[in-house]
Amino acid sequence: MLKMDNVTKKYRHRGEYVTALDNASVAIDKGDFVSVVGPSGCGKSTLLLMLGGMLSPTSGRVLFGGESIYDLNADDRAGLRTNNVGFVFQTFNLVGYLTALENVQIPMYLAGVDDAIQEERAASLLDRVGLGDRIHHKPCELSVGQQQRVALARMLANDPALILADEPTGNLDPDTSRQVIGYFEEFNQEGKTIVMVTHDPRAAARAKRTLRIKAGKIVASDQSRGQLHVA
Amino acid sequence: MRLRTLVLREIFERKSQLATSFLAILLGITVIVSIKNITVYSEKAVAREMDSLGANILVLPKSATLQNYYAADLQGDTIPEEYVGQLAMSSLQGLDNLSPKLSVPVDIQGRSFTLTGILPKSEFQAKAAWAGAGIFSRPEGCGAMPTLPFAKADKKTLVRQRVIDDLASDEALVGADVVSALSLKEGDRLTLLGQEFKVTAVLPQTGTVDDSRVFAHLHRVQELAGKGPVVNAIEIVGCCQEIAKGLVQKLNSLLPEAKVVTVTQIAESQIKMNHMMSRLSLIFLVIILFVGGAGIANYMYSNVFERRREIGTLMALGANSRLILRIFLLKALLLGLAGGVGGYLLGSLLAVAMGPQLAGVPVLPMPLLAIWAVLISVGLALAASFFPAWRAARLDPCATFQEI
Repeated sequence: MLKMDNVTKKYRHRGEYVTALDNASVAIDKGDFVSVVGPSGCGKSTLLLMLGGMLSPTSGRVLFGGESIYDLNADDRAGLRTNNVGFVFQTFNLVGYLTALENVQIPMYLAGVDDAIQEERAASLLDRVGLGDRIHHKPCELSVGQQQRVALARMLANDPALILADEPTGNLDPDTSRQVIGYFEEFNQEGKTIVMVTHDPRAAARAKRTLRIKAGKIVASDQSRGQLHVA
Repeated sequence: MRLRTLVLREIFERKSQLATSFLAILLGITVIVSIKNITVYSEKAVAREMDSLGANILVLPKSATLQNYYAADLQGDTIPEEYVGQLAMSSLQGLDNLSPKLSVPVDIQGRSFTLTGILPKSEFQAKAAWAGAGIFSRPEGCGAMPTLPFAKADKKTLVRQRVIDDLASDEALVGADVVSALSLKEGDRLTLLGQEFKVTAVLPQTGTVDDSRVFAHLHRVQELAGKGPVVNAIEIVGCCQEIAKGLVQKLNSLLPEAKVVTVTQIAESQIKMNHMMSRLSLIFLVIILFVGGAGIANYMYSNVFERRREIGTLMALGANSRLILRIFLLKALLLGLAGGVGGYLLGSLLAVAMGPQLAGVPVLPMPLLAIWAVLISVGLALAASFFPAWRAARLDPCATFQEI
């Protein structure tokens, strides 16, 4: 489903080149649940951004369903994200001036879904993550755990095949972290492919496999529960 | 969820930040609208004042003095009638009507009066004070082509049915004092310089020396007085704006052998006020374009900066650059609309309240200014917001993530 072929990403920082990802190759099958671990600044988020079509590689290719996504223009990549990718962020990235319901409606609005259907589905998704009684609350009126659950509901809005999560439990207490990872396991069981960047070993352990990155290189993988291929 | 929901919610959420930009544009438009509104009504007042005087420019012989404006043609010296033709054939703008006059003293039944030769239509159009007679046309504003005796097509088509157009060489119009002194009425006969005239109209009281005049056809008077093709004065209804722009100087250049005088001193302070208002209006327009535009652009740039994470999130969720551009431009459009409509309403209120004090004229709101106010305001807001919006649309969505 998702493949990186010899991908390298270099940044120019204060006149010097920094290699964020170095000749990385990885294949992720449909239905996988992959955690990506490694020290801060090793290139985990760069990998995630590239898989999400938001950061073009310096060299190499990223394929989604066999299609080289960086051969598409930026707007086509945006369309691909709308219909196929759900993002979850460490800081939730909810829109502060919108209610929980409206936040969940955003991906559906971007996909051109009718107003009434947006509302109905958003309410149903919030209900699924246990926030049926908080749909008209703004993010500042919710706890951090509730905010992340709103973000999960938003991520599910267009029923994406691929979920990309950037440290989804990074700001949460242990109980809420377990709850959120539980949701990820549930989504994975429903057939969604998940790539999750995390610093939390307990969260990483609940993935089907773990990908370790060090200084921009994929150095190891734990394939105890699946078919992760590292080249 | 719609685009407008996204934009309106953000506006109301951060309304205090928007307030400065909104106030800048609101106050700018308010001042422009109020000044323009007062200026227009002040100009109308000047035009009315000029109109009420009839002619506001006189072309006289060099030797003439202007002790009595209404009797300026009674001083004996003459200028050639062909000056009328020169004026009519010139390219000068703002000559609304021309009225050549030749006056000679006459004795009727032992009493002294003035016989004034006129070229019918031009004379009576210039004399707005006589409009009460109801049979003569009144000059209507500025910009009409001068109608002259040799402009046959105009004369025939425009004034065919008017009494004045049928003024024959033996017909006369008499002033109120003459009528009262001689007990005349329409249809009576009157002998002037040995020639009998029929009274075709009795003119109402004007309170000027014209009440002691008898009017007859210019060419007939020239013939009876034995003076040839000359006139004592040419009265001109000049457009006020053109007078202010130097029409008198242009007339002086065209007719160097004549003296051109104006009654602008009567409305001088009003005209000065109009000039000041026009300049102020222009200055404020420039100020609002620069200061208001810079304020809006600054606000939009900081708004984009503050919302980088939100923009990145929207892009990560699938928003394309066109949508981001539309979000910011719709916000600018709403800001411009609100500023334009609010500025028009406040400006009109201010003009109505302050007009009588500032310009000494009553002022009413002008709906046309609403269109201008909104166009300027929206245009300014969109132009000032375009680059910030474009920058937002080109933001790197990676800013959304914690580390890169």
